[in-house]
Amino acid sequence: MAALAVIAAIALAVFLTRPGKPNETVVVLPSADGHVGTVVVQRGETRQVLDQAYATSRSGEKQVVKLSDAEVKHDFGATLQALPARPTSFMLYFITGTDELTPESKAELQNVLAALKDRPLPDVLVIGHTDTVGELTTNDRLSAQRAETLKGFLVDIGIPVTRIRTAGRGERELLIRTADEVDEPRNRRVEINVR
Amino acid sequence: MRSMIALVLGAFAAVAAAADVGEIKVVRGAAHIERGKEQLPVKVGMPVQEADKVVTGADGNVGITFADNSLLSVGPSSVLAIDKYVFDSTTHAGQFDSTLSKGTLAVVSGKMVKQSPDAMRVRTPSAIMGVRGTDFIVKVD
Repeated sequence: MAALAVIAAIALAVFLTRPGKPNETVVVLPSADGHVGTVVVQRGETRQVLDQAYATSRSGEKQVVKLSDAEVKHDFGATLQALPARPTSFMLYFITGTDELTPESKAELQNVLAALKDRPLPDVLVIGHTDTVGELTTNDRLSAQRAETLKGFLVDIGIPVTRIRTAGRGERELLIRTADEVDEPRNRRVEINVR
Repeated sequence: MRSMIALVLGAFAAVAAAADVGEIKVVRGAAHIERGKEQLPVKVGMPVQEADKVVTGADGNVGITFADNSLLSVGPSSVLAIDKYVFDSTTHAGQFDSTLSKGTLAVVSGKMVKQSPDAMRVRTPSAIMGVRGTDFIVKVD
């Protein structure tokens, strides 16, 4: 009888201290470019599809509701602000046969430098390319040289050299497909991936 | 030459060594990573690995960029486990599973969900989320 009472007491204690089910919230947000994708929330037998901006699923609620932009900022502002900067990429173009940027790309270079300065510790991948004028091996060298020139600009503004990788693709990866020995300005480029 | 390029690109995608799947980009307040039996203080530039657990204090926030450009922000008083992370930088195929057992998580999905819609899943104590190319927030109170 006493044993039974003890068991009953333990059972009661376990029941009382059992934590309640947590409240869960899932909110779909428009991305930086305005695109809204989908999150499918499977909770036991219940399946909710969130495919509109600010569509919200809460545990224990059958209906999908919508939060306001202000509510999201209020509840999740700090977390959203700690998201890393969005990865981005740039294309810069060169004067034929050289590693000198076109005047337009010299201006665009300022945007690249600004994007890099925004990041406390950026990762940069610079890939150089050429058009089909000249020998394959010459173009391999020229494309690598274009990438290195860009790397130099980045090092000059203080990006640690260890954070920059370069590659030269020569005329092997044309942006605009052409025959051999075609002077195509859009193929004389470097691609800069920043994150 | 081609294989060298692939190597360079692969290295960029994987951030550093083979086991590194992402990198800490933002740190605010108190936070650490549990890796096996170790408890490592987080700092900007620190690699993140599969099976890591990110733990934040009441004032903590941690932003992570992954190899496929998925972005995560772990909010205050949170525990997030990176259960699985695989990404092929050539095909963009991969799998990214994580579990938020408490706190707040903001996600910007990356390249792998563009390649295969079911590549990213987030678990909470009561639900499992499939992600189809979007930004979203999960909170477990």
